[in-house]
Amino acid sequence: MDLFEHQAKELFAEYGVPVPTGKVAHTPAEAKAIATELFAAGSKKVVIKAQVKTGGRGKAGGVKLADTPDEAEALATQILGMDIKGHTVHKVLVEEGSAIAQEFYFSFLLDRANRTYLSICTVEGGVEIEDVPHDQLALIQINALEGVDAAKAREIAVAGRLPEIAIDGAADIIAKLWTVFTKEDATLVEVNPLILTADDQVRALDGKVSLDENAAFRQPRQEQLEDKAAADPLEAKAKEKDLNYVKLDGNVGIIGNGAGLVMSTLDVVAYAGEEFPGSPKPANFLDIGGGASAEVMAAGLEIILSDPSVKSIFVNVFGGITACDAVANGIVAAYELLGSRGETVDRPLVVRLDGNNAELGRQILNDAALKGVEQVETMDDAARRAAELAAVGA
Amino acid sequence: MAIWLTENSKIIVQGITGSEGSKHSARMLRSGANVVGGVNARKAGTTVTLEGKELPVFGTVAEAIKATGADVSVVFVPPKFTKDAVVEAIEAEIPLAVVITEGVPVQDSAEFWALAVAKGGKTRIIGPNCPGIASPGKSNAGIIPADITPAGRIGLVSKSGTLTYQMMFELRDFGFSTCVGIGGDPVIGTTHIDALQAFQDDPDTDAIVMIGEIGGDAEERAAAYIEQHITKPVVGYVAGFTAPEGKTMGHAGAIVSGSAGTAQAKKDALEKVGVRVGKTPSETARLMREIMQNL
Repeated sequence: MDLFEHQAKELFAEYGVPVPTGKVAHTPAEAKAIATELFAAGSKKVVIKAQVKTGGRGKAGGVKLADTPDEAEALATQILGMDIKGHTVHKVLVEEGSAIAQEFYFSFLLDRANRTYLSICTVEGGVEIEDVPHDQLALIQINALEGVDAAKAREIAVAGRLPEIAIDGAADIIAKLWTVFTKEDATLVEVNPLILTADDQVRALDGKVSLDENAAFRQPRQEQLEDKAAADPLEAKAKEKDLNYVKLDGNVGIIGNGAGLVMSTLDVVAYAGEEFPGSPKPANFLDIGGGASAEVMAAGLEIILSDPSVKSIFVNVFGGITACDAVANGIVAAYELLGSRGETVDRPLVVRLDGNNAELGRQILNDAALKGVEQVETMDDAARRAAELAAVGA
Repeated sequence: MAIWLTENSKIIVQGITGSEGSKHSARMLRSGANVVGGVNARKAGTTVTLEGKELPVFGTVAEAIKATGADVSVVFVPPKFTKDAVVEAIEAEIPLAVVITEGVPVQDSAEFWALAVAKGGKTRIIGPNCPGIASPGKSNAGIIPADITPAGRIGLVSKSGTLTYQMMFELRDFGFSTCVGIGGDPVIGTTHIDALQAFQDDPDTDAIVMIGEIGGDAEERAAAYIEQHITKPVVGYVAGFTAPEGKTMGHAGAIVSGSAGTAQAKKDALEKVGVRVGKTPSETARLMREIMQNL
């Protein structure tokens, strides 16, 4: 889960990392009120920053400086509702302007290749880190057992070639950000820019934090950081039912077992779709996992059927632990369950069953003779049939 | 022969008394794997009877090794306790720890990996979030169904569970020496490269299927390794060509971020070093079939 800048900064502040004073506004009037407070407290300027989970906000016009509360209100009016790379701005961070002497870059992140953590630090901050030449970056591996103490933090700041005057302040921040990283189960903590102010203070002017959802069981308060409003309504509904569902923009609904097989199914359907008019594509990713009880199958079908763009559905199961007869029974029961609620499966369903008890599963579906359900033997042929049906139904 | 898991392997199960642990221990026994006991600190000294075999439950991995000579541990404990379980296995210096558990916090995985390295790499870790390892006809450590394929001379390494099964099924007429599911988490113990190297050194493996998916750059690094060190034929498959950027596709590690981690980049890297990459699992199987027929 990625956090908004203001959430990241609130987290930083909790751990003693200096950040500019500021608050979130959802309306221009709120922005004006916050700006008024900041000016009264001695700010010379205030910054209005669009809160969206994407980079390049400045270039897109989502970050502006105001000299008066009225100007802050006017700028907030401009920025709220703005579209930045497909993200609508629903809130802005209004904070005191900082007198910037110099901008640096700092981050802790997961280093997948080395199965450890990495810190990146450089004096060349304030620009997209991808644009900084590689030889300008200090990449320092962190041993997961040793972590980052004061000495290591200092080593990182020095390696990043930060100026002498900023070393103590930066090292202090780096050590605290390590605590944020580990205590909050983060996979990324990034500060760009980390600044040196005109009066020689080091502070975090921006913040980007990604959290590990696998650690949710020991991070109960992180649930409230989730941006529920931004979630796709179908994805939100699927999540409530513990289904692993991702909405895509095509029209062939996909149900499968196992993340890899479902990903592969999306590809095979997309390839097959190229042969048909309108090039049908997958409408979703849905992994029903190991169990395929009637309830799970019904819940999955219900989510997919509530997507009006879906024209056909492809159920692709390889029975490993899951037995195909259970999957077939799940489909039959799901049709009954939906039928008993007065809902009907009004779009064709293509099923491919292989592996554990496949014969039995196929027999169950044949005997049930559900309307609109057809079985195809191989994954490729079944994908082609589902794409064809979507093309016809479109 | 096979890699890492043979008919001589003695397996213990950490979490044998839990529902998943006991279910899959029974499956392993049915497939002929030599499961010799389990570990649960709270039930030390008791026994569990699975498939008519009475298995001792030990308080620690170290005790289990001492009493049974176990050299493989399969970990089924819940995510909350997985790190402690794996740390215990590493401290006891068990040669192979297969971590099936899904949903382990990545910092926990990084920590037990760092410990395994610090202890001199005495414990090979497979997983977490993986189906385990199976050497058909010999042994089975994890949840890979034993009856999909007989023994043969193809080696398989895969990030995904069900795609592993699919590929085993497609090529069951040739059979497999060993199938390793390395898992789809961002931090895993055994990598594609480790398995490629082991298959290269295994006299009973003639060719290798490598299954990858979006996220990270493990496949690109494997490609570089293949170019330098692998002389046996390798066929590849990568899942997730149509996955959009920024959306996690089921596995915690399966996410395309920016220009990195795309299926196309992985396919290109593999093809550049002469690995034939199938567009679909069945095409991949067909490519391997051609290789096996011409050996």
